[in-house]
Amino acid sequence: MNIPLAAAPKEGTAAGGGAAGGAGPLQRGDRPGVSLARRGRSAQGAGRRRRPARGAGAAMAAERGAAAEALVGQVVLPGDLLLLPAHYDEDAEGERLRLSAGTATPGRLLCGPGLRRSGAGLLVTKCGLLRHRPAGGGAYWVDSQQKRYVPVKGDHVIGIVTVKAGDVFRLDVGGSEPASLSYLAFEGATKRNRPNVQVGDLIYGQFVVANKDMEPEMVCIDSSGKSSGMGIIGQDGFLFKVSLGLIRKLLAPKCEIIQELSQLYPFELVLGMNGRIWKCPSCLTWGPSPWACGLLAWEPLVQL
Amino acid sequence: MAAEVAEAEAADGQCRLRRFSCELGLLSRPDGSAAFLQGDTSVLAGLYGPAEAKISKELPDRAALDVLLRPKVGLPGVLERSREQLLQQTCEAVVLGVLHPRTAISLVLQVLSDAGSLLSCCLNAACMALLDAGLPLSALFCGVTCALQPDGAILLDPTARQEQEARAVLTFAIASAERKVLMVTTKGSCSVQEMQQCLAAAQRAADTIFQFYRDSVRRRYSKC
Repeated sequence: MNIPLAAAPKEGTAAGGGAAGGAGPLQRGDRPGVSLARRGRSAQGAGRRRRPARGAGAAMAAERGAAAEALVGQVVLPGDLLLLPAHYDEDAEGERLRLSAGTATPGRLLCGPGLRRSGAGLLVTKCGLLRHRPAGGGAYWVDSQQKRYVPVKGDHVIGIVTVKAGDVFRLDVGGSEPASLSYLAFEGATKRNRPNVQVGDLIYGQFVVANKDMEPEMVCIDSSGKSSGMGIIGQDGFLFKVSLGLIRKLLAPKCEIIQELSQLYPFELVLGMNGRIWKCPSCLTWGPSPWACGLLAWEPLVQL
Repeated sequence: MAAEVAEAEAADGQCRLRRFSCELGLLSRPDGSAAFLQGDTSVLAGLYGPAEAKISKELPDRAALDVLLRPKVGLPGVLERSREQLLQQTCEAVVLGVLHPRTAISLVLQVLSDAGSLLSCCLNAACMALLDAGLPLSALFCGVTCALQPDGAILLDPTARQEQEARAVLTFAIASAERKVLMVTTKGSCSVQEMQQCLAAAQRAADTIFQFYRDSVRRRYSKC
């Protein structure tokens, strides 16, 4: 007699759920091992055995293959399977190579954060609200609340310099590894004209390399060599740590929080996607605490 | 952070679960935290990760998951160590550790009160903490304890007294994908048919618990 044991998910060869900004082909995820469990279930035999109650029918249906469009805007949990419309499936199932370069694939679905491509559709890996963007082939992603930051290529973040090691600075960005920043990655920096960076400085930059296999690398210039707002912030001012969802909310166009706070008094903010906010040093006599209280009081009200 | 409290009570034919409730995001320092109450048994779970791992503990291809279980009184002993192993194996089966190689995920559980079914309460608290932290999971899991009484009757979610009087106490960790079994641990002796009956009862109870998870998360996200 063997109790049906769930097989541990096989390590997928392709990493699912790429960055929301990156456009990539659909990745093949791992197929959950089903055969062992099915055999075990039938081995339970006849008699008083009953299949697990399908009483919570709606819940079970939602878990096993509900249409993706039906769940947009609703809460999804890890393990839910989202079925895609038929034409996406034909594309992926065949996986035929197209010899004529002219015909572009009409619908290239983007699988964003919180989702993994798996067999019949998309497997949800994080809990949150399912979002959809129909433009350009369509994209699905899960809006989830998180405190811990995971580096993503292209994100603008605030890092704190921890080590100056020769030609490279090590920055703490709140992830699992410190990021590296070369001294030449500043606007107008040459071997003779080095930037003035001290340990403890705040730096606003973007990731050029950020994946699970390599150490993240940051730069303070964009692709044309201009700084475009990035660089050394300095040691003055105030740094707050907030949740990642609040940052995304603040960066949305016409954010009410920023508008209402700006009516109190003028300020300058730098928002890092790693949950860090820098505010310019206050020139008024009373300290930062009313301002900080104002922002942190929004945190529990604005959950995402 | 606002704490969401959700409550549920399950009556499943002849097998009843005690009233259970859960709070998410109640600790400010960990990346994810949850408190789970089953009747009078309550466990607080805090999760840190994916964070930097010590060189000696890091794994090259996946995240290293570490579980610490602290009893209510005294120092952790052999029983806590064995429960930590069970929890670690269950969590590793669902967490997609391959997405975060060379990192460490630490789960710390503190027993606040023990009135029976402690291991299944720990499993439920661990799953809620994983949900709260936003770690990538391939499925959810829940814990259900069954007590086999001397006359053969099955009691789900037993109290401490019922566990002592029972002939065998079985704890199952059941995954949300097709109700597969992730972990089984037994104390006492029972026959094969009785174990299968307990498993079937536990899988029915798991439906209620997963619905409760869904309601808690829905309540949490309903404020946006």
